[in-house]
Amino acid sequence: MSCGCCCADNKTLELNKIIAKYKDTRGALIPVLHEAQELYGYLPMSVQKKIAEGLNVSLADVYGVVTFYTQFSINPKGKYKINVCLGTACYVKGAGEIFDKISEILKIKNGECTEDGIFSLDACRCVGACGLAPVIMINEDVYGRLTADDIPGIIKKYIDKESDAK
Amino acid sequence: MVYRSHVLICNGTGCTASKAPDIMTRLEKELAAKGIEKEVKIVKTGCFGLCEKGPILVIYPEGATYCHVKADDIEEIVSEHLVKGRIVKRLLLGDKDAEDVARSLDNVGFFNRQLRIALRNCGVINPENIEEYIAKDGYAALAKALTEMTPGGVIDEIKKSGLRGRGGGGFPTGLKWQFAAQEVNGVKYVCCNADEGDPGAFMDRSILEGDPHSLIEAMAIAGYAIGSNQGFIYVRAEYPIAVQRLNIAIKQAKEYGLLGNNIFGTDFSFDLEIRLGAGAFVCGEETALMTSIEGKRGEPRTRPPFPAVKGLWEKPTILNNVETYANIPVILLKGADWFKTIGTEKSKGTKVFAIGGKINNTGLVEIPMGTTLREVIYDIGGGIPKGKKFKAAQTGGPSGGCIPSSHIDVPIDYDNLLELGSMMGSGGLIVMDEDNCMVDIAKFFLEFTVDESCGKCPPCRIGTKRMYEILDRITNGKGEEGDIEKLEILADSIKHGALCGLGQTAPNPVLSTLKYFREEYEAHVKEKRCPAGVCKAMLNYRIIPDKCKGCGLCARKCPVGAISGEIKKPYVIDKTKCIKCGVCMDTCKFVAIEKK
Repeated sequence: MSCGCCCADNKTLELNKIIAKYKDTRGALIPVLHEAQELYGYLPMSVQKKIAEGLNVSLADVYGVVTFYTQFSINPKGKYKINVCLGTACYVKGAGEIFDKISEILKIKNGECTEDGIFSLDACRCVGACGLAPVIMINEDVYGRLTADDIPGIIKKYIDKESDAK
Repeated sequence: MVYRSHVLICNGTGCTASKAPDIMTRLEKELAAKGIEKEVKIVKTGCFGLCEKGPILVIYPEGATYCHVKADDIEEIVSEHLVKGRIVKRLLLGDKDAEDVARSLDNVGFFNRQLRIALRNCGVINPENIEEYIAKDGYAALAKALTEMTPGGVIDEIKKSGLRGRGGGGFPTGLKWQFAAQEVNGVKYVCCNADEGDPGAFMDRSILEGDPHSLIEAMAIAGYAIGSNQGFIYVRAEYPIAVQRLNIAIKQAKEYGLLGNNIFGTDFSFDLEIRLGAGAFVCGEETALMTSIEGKRGEPRTRPPFPAVKGLWEKPTILNNVETYANIPVILLKGADWFKTIGTEKSKGTKVFAIGGKINNTGLVEIPMGTTLREVIYDIGGGIPKGKKFKAAQTGGPSGGCIPSSHIDVPIDYDNLLELGSMMGSGGLIVMDEDNCMVDIAKFFLEFTVDESCGKCPPCRIGTKRMYEILDRITNGKGEEGDIEKLEILADSIKHGALCGLGQTAPNPVLSTLKYFREEYEAHVKEKRCPAGVCKAMLNYRIIPDKCKGCGLCARKCPVGAISGEIKKPYVIDKTKCIKCGVCMDTCKFVAIEKK
């Protein structure tokens, strides 16, 4: 989220620090990508280029790793990241309908972000809370034992939070 | 400091999501308000296993187990139980009228059928305090190994115990260690697979969150046995609580001299590093996991050479999963002869299962090998909700298969599951009832494999995709004559042609559902009918004239105006307009609408 002021440069400084920290570690690329994504929210090409230069690996290697693992994203994510668990336990308890409901309300598909940048939607594999199936996570908050009817209320809570903030 | 009462609160992922942290805060406040905060100790523990009844809170010395606790119940628990010594019976798990609290759990099948070895400390100790682990014989096995046993002696003991890998194929652990120990070439590595990928299995997470020191101790023992000084734990990034507790545990072990140089004053040194996974199922395959630790795309390599000869950075490496390691300290302390008495002839010890899906008590259970599926589902799991009929249980995740009701009395062990066309896998056990469509479940798993295939070998990359396409058209009512046979041919080529375990086992969900539920596939293909009523494209909603009272509610609720009729006479659904949303069925008070 660049605001056009000095933070962009601050982030570059942070990124350089991350690269320096891991430079001499074997297998450094994945830990560096994790921390860089933490910093930027996603991994745009400019960041991937800096990492390639900093760790002295080819950009193709960096891009190859980024696109291989589902944790890494080359697209920006929403302020509220909605993850719908589609693990087996959640699936047999109707997680598919919950996913469809969210997709219908927000008018976005898997992996997409709403135009205003507020919500993004992803299907994920098992968050390990199978006892609460079906489960969704919005950022760090876990909602369990859901039905499709619970979804509008949950999303409204975040929309209200946003309009209050304005 | 001595406390008169201990309050144990589950801080596993399930209970944390059901607001256990709020309960903690409230408890601290209430204890302070009553002035007894110095008499009662609050202990944050790992998972008790019964996630369905969470949040769970246990008070000792009475052993009162309270379930579904809410923050508003805390005041009553404090003033009644902790101040006046009266049990709050309404929140008690199990028999509320038992003579004493300890007996209230006697008849709770969920607990009394279990034998906890790998989960021995989960829900019992505070995972963030090494002293609690040490008080439960923690690190005694490492001390014994280093001071009383030779590396060969450790391997012999593990071999003798009959312990097999708990993460997938069930390879004998001692043998794996022996292969790596035989290599004389300098540097070796000990790795732990904590990248629990099977959707629906969470036993490794529970051990990492509830008893991280048992893993650290076991990996150090493994290091001593094979002659390695460096270990790596490859853990899922999706498990933030586990990563945090593991970091705390490693730091504490280093402070106590249980990791690092010259452990217990011997010349053995061992260190551990954590590496985060990044969401790739294939990284559960051993060679792919090692490639990923090396910082590359997690693609598998051909074997041989096996990792015990050439593994991480081409050095001899052993890899076991979390649950396998968690058994090691107990085996060394109690002896292989004791461990061997548990389980069946070829599968020794216990296995942890994550039971989920259509079952009353979802959660984690550890049972002796050889327990039957019936005991797991009905005695421990409390049966199927809403009195529905058991249809099948799925084990082994995307690599496994289904066990139908006709085999419900088979004792669960490695070999029996393989014979039934499934596998142990990491221990996910998903229960399905009559409302689940087996073709849909097979499609679900194939979609998973297509998504997770790394793309290195064509049988897996292209073959699973083709299988998925066939399943997709079958479930959409467009199945063609010969589709089932095509699935079988593809499955066979993929099984024999794929490079790694992920591809070789990918067709299993299809093959096992075909074996036991072929008529369901045929109904989809030939009659364009989904017997379980799941596959939307083939569903038709119909009003049963005898049951319809003609109230008109469904017609008002129908979003597309497909229902018409006269008040007090049976209504009808116009199939050409119906979008199969199911609103009518949900609104009808007389159960007069069926889908077929």
